[in-house]
Amino acid sequence: MNGKLKLPSKADAGRGGGTWQPVAYLFIAPAVILFAIFVVVPIFASLYLSFTKYDVLHPPRWVGLSNFITLLTNDPRFWKAFRNTVSYVLGVVPIGVSIALVLAAALEELTRGKQIFKVLYFIPTVTSVVAISVVWKWLFAGEKYGLINYFLIQLGLQPIDWLLSPQWILPAIMIVSIWAGLGYNMVFFSAGISTIPSTLYEAAKVDGAGWWERFWHVTVPMLRPTLIFVVVMSVINSFQVFDQAYILTGGTGEGVGGVLDSGLTLVSYLYEQGFQHFRMGYASAIAYLMFGCVFGLTLVNLRMLRSR
Amino acid sequence: MKRIRWSRVVIVGVLTLGALGMILPYYWMVLSSIKPPEELYTYPPRFVVFHPTLKAYIELFTLLPMARALLNSVFVASAVTVSNLLFCSLAGYAFAKLRFPGRDGIFLVLLFSLMIPWQVNLIPGFVIIKQLGWLNSFWALIIPKLALPFGIFLCRQYIMSIPDALIEAARIDGCTELGIYRRVILPLIVPALATLAIFTFLAQWNDFVWPLIVIQSRDMRTVPLIIQVLNGQFGANFAMIMAGALVVTLPMLLIFLVFQRQFIRGVFLTTVRE
Repeated sequence: MNGKLKLPSKADAGRGGGTWQPVAYLFIAPAVILFAIFVVVPIFASLYLSFTKYDVLHPPRWVGLSNFITLLTNDPRFWKAFRNTVSYVLGVVPIGVSIALVLAAALEELTRGKQIFKVLYFIPTVTSVVAISVVWKWLFAGEKYGLINYFLIQLGLQPIDWLLSPQWILPAIMIVSIWAGLGYNMVFFSAGISTIPSTLYEAAKVDGAGWWERFWHVTVPMLRPTLIFVVVMSVINSFQVFDQAYILTGGTGEGVGGVLDSGLTLVSYLYEQGFQHFRMGYASAIAYLMFGCVFGLTLVNLRMLRSR
Repeated sequence: MKRIRWSRVVIVGVLTLGALGMILPYYWMVLSSIKPPEELYTYPPRFVVFHPTLKAYIELFTLLPMARALLNSVFVASAVTVSNLLFCSLAGYAFAKLRFPGRDGIFLVLLFSLMIPWQVNLIPGFVIIKQLGWLNSFWALIIPKLALPFGIFLCRQYIMSIPDALIEAARIDGCTELGIYRRVILPLIVPALATLAIFTFLAQWNDFVWPLIVIQSRDMRTVPLIIQVLNGQFGANFAMIMAGALVVTLPMLLIFLVFQRQFIRGVFLTTVRE
């Protein structure tokens, strides 16, 4: 994954007596022009808009830092969204990564049938998040029609009103995300485990280590680089969660946050402010605060990968 | 000996249980979509269907513009895929093998953009599309995605592994750069293009946020937007919602089962995307 990001060396670029091919500009033109219009311009436009009041109908009006100041000091819903998102990340990443790691380690013990399991676990990765979210909504359905509540009742527990109770909507969103991300994370761990020299496992076996001890003392330490990569990638992706949250809280008549904003995530709030209330400047400020967080996480990622 | 066998049983057991958990929601989706109402809302829930019906699918295609949405999605995903294959491989070739001032600088900017969270582009992207008068049109869904940085990156990485000697030989034989691209590069990067095609089509088919903000009109909806409408307006008709979910997931599921190895291998190539 990393280490591939190598630019051609100076020697390579200078070979052939410094001649260069103008036709190259034609080759990159379509991509670069589109990139400039739909990526570069928006990045700066978004920064500009974050200092304005803008409702699409009237021209943007400069308000300085007031969007940021309001967000950080005087907007409980923003902080609610922030807290929800952080709780979501702190739930999804450790649980999702641990389950994926254990399953991948188990998978690599098999001599046959690996591919079948990989395919089965990977299915949610290729199917629309919106579609799987409505399916889970049906599984979570309240009272007794939902399959999950049926299982809870069978286990002697109380059924849960997952989607309409403030304390359960966020866990419901987490469950969907953990389930959907398992196979994707497993692929990385499987690949990592298959590169661990089998002599290490044999030595551990000779020392009398059981499966769990081998997992804990050989697999986990040897997988450290992969583990860091997967964790940071999951943190960044989870931080930007939207589709699952939007669908699971949708159709309840409670707005994008669900009951008492208990399912409100940062991107949901950005979407609501920007595209339902048309407070585009305010929404841009949210986007840039998120950008700052993601950028910080990316730097941490790069540093950790380099220190490997 | 005994201990090893036991651990094997536990391992296979855990993996099988997990796999059942992965499949169960899809099974429940299919089952619920063909259940008549009197079998759908029962307690305890039934794991089989006695009187299967296609009523939900008929409702789906008559009450909502589902057929049109399928057509929209197929068209948008295909157009975006084809254009990415062309533009990204062209640009990838230039960045990997041609010499021109600014090459590395431009490429670094492209690379850097992969680190920027997508929601930063959402609002200005919407404003640009609105200014161009493209809201509720195919233009809005297709043009911004014609050449995604991720594809350029993927093509460049792959093309860099092609020996320069091959290109030099073609050049000496009098091949133009476009000729080299067509006759030397393209045939050699078919595996990379296959991966790019699969992932681009998949990403476009499943894309939700962008269509959600640039499409409001009934006839321009893509398939995920139909699910969103079902979720909001037909919230009580779960058979119909499950039918809709099946219509979105089935095509991707089939493509996945055919190209499973390319998909799983492709994950490593796609990680730079976000």
